[in-house]
Amino acid sequence: MSNQAKVRICSVGKYVPEKILSNEDLTKWLDTSDEWISSRTGIKQRHISTTENTSDLCTKAAESILEKSGVDASEIGLIIVATMSPDSQSPSVACKVQGNIQAVNALAFDLNAACSGFVYASSVAEKMLSVAPYRYALVIGGEVMSKVVNWEDRSTAVLFGDGAGGMLLERNEHTHSFVSEDIHADGTRGSALTSGEQAVNNPITPKTTSDAHLKMSGRDIFDFVVRSVPKSVKDVVEDSQIELNDVDYFILHQANARLIKAVSKKLKQPIEKFPQNIQHYGNTSAASIPILLEELIEQGDIQLGSNQTIVLTGFGGGLTWGSLLIKL
Amino acid sequence: MSTFETIQEIIVDQLDKEKEEVQPATNFREELEADSLDLFQIINDIEDEFDIKIETEEGLNTVQDIVKYVDEQLA
Repeated sequence: MSNQAKVRICSVGKYVPEKILSNEDLTKWLDTSDEWISSRTGIKQRHISTTENTSDLCTKAAESILEKSGVDASEIGLIIVATMSPDSQSPSVACKVQGNIQAVNALAFDLNAACSGFVYASSVAEKMLSVAPYRYALVIGGEVMSKVVNWEDRSTAVLFGDGAGGMLLERNEHTHSFVSEDIHADGTRGSALTSGEQAVNNPITPKTTSDAHLKMSGRDIFDFVVRSVPKSVKDVVEDSQIELNDVDYFILHQANARLIKAVSKKLKQPIEKFPQNIQHYGNTSAASIPILLEELIEQGDIQLGSNQTIVLTGFGGGLTWGSLLIKL
Repeated sequence: MSTFETIQEIIVDQLDKEKEEVQPATNFREELEADSLDLFQIINDIEDEFDIKIETEEGLNTVQDIVKYVDEQLA
């Protein structure tokens, strides 16, 4: 890192749609209950978009980030949106955001690493920014999961929510926030979580059908998370030459409160070091980490520039997973 | 430690129960109120402990069912 520029986090923001669906609301069309959902997942409610698409949520998150930083959109050189639920294949959500906020000098693209997307996108943005001629990069995780879940499937429909969050990174000479990273993929286990499948369909193919809804094998995902996530957290901490005890907060992708508890137990770290907001938002995929980070900053638990140490860990479809160790 | 004792220890730890509550004939779902995620976690720990693969949790209802399954895998 010595001959590369330093990269720090300057501001964090979020936006979630206004409409809230409680567990009770879901029982109107699903054979489920508040008790079943909350005891197995920790989720009590989720924000669901009525009309706003992913780019709308991401644009509002971007506006909030810029407002907090005081940076003008024209100073941004790079926009990456991590999403598995874009408005369209083209244009990308990132290009729509770039247009909406008039970040006229920014290159922009989407990155899909499912629920690990924010960790992947932050890693890529940090690398690009450290060698780039521009000063600022905007990294956003945004999802409208409500359009990809099967609302008739009670095993998955209850889990997800919509939202967006992100951060502004600045190339600078003094502070480097990104201490170490540990990022992985395993495509051989990809069938454990699928979404948006598109079969080949043209005049010369035999007739095919594909179900684009999100599908998930609960036990396979559980096994994957319980085995891979604690290892990734341990590895990223070890690479930084510090101890698990030196980490102030482990900010895990908010997929399931029971999973977070299982990870904390495996790492032998107190559950208080694993902040959670899944009860309010459900699983917002690539948006969950920045939404939680924003809330922790707003609550004063985390301060930018404080020298606190946090680990951001994402895990999800692909399979993909990874951790970033960040010194604020 | 016998297979039963190792498994008993894992269940006691995962479900926060007393040793006496976890006996060979104990049914997970009915007597220990374990749900599917609890079972995943118990199976996961057993797989790691014995270095085996438990393909499905179907048919595993009592502690003895798991002990038997593990002993067969190890045989």
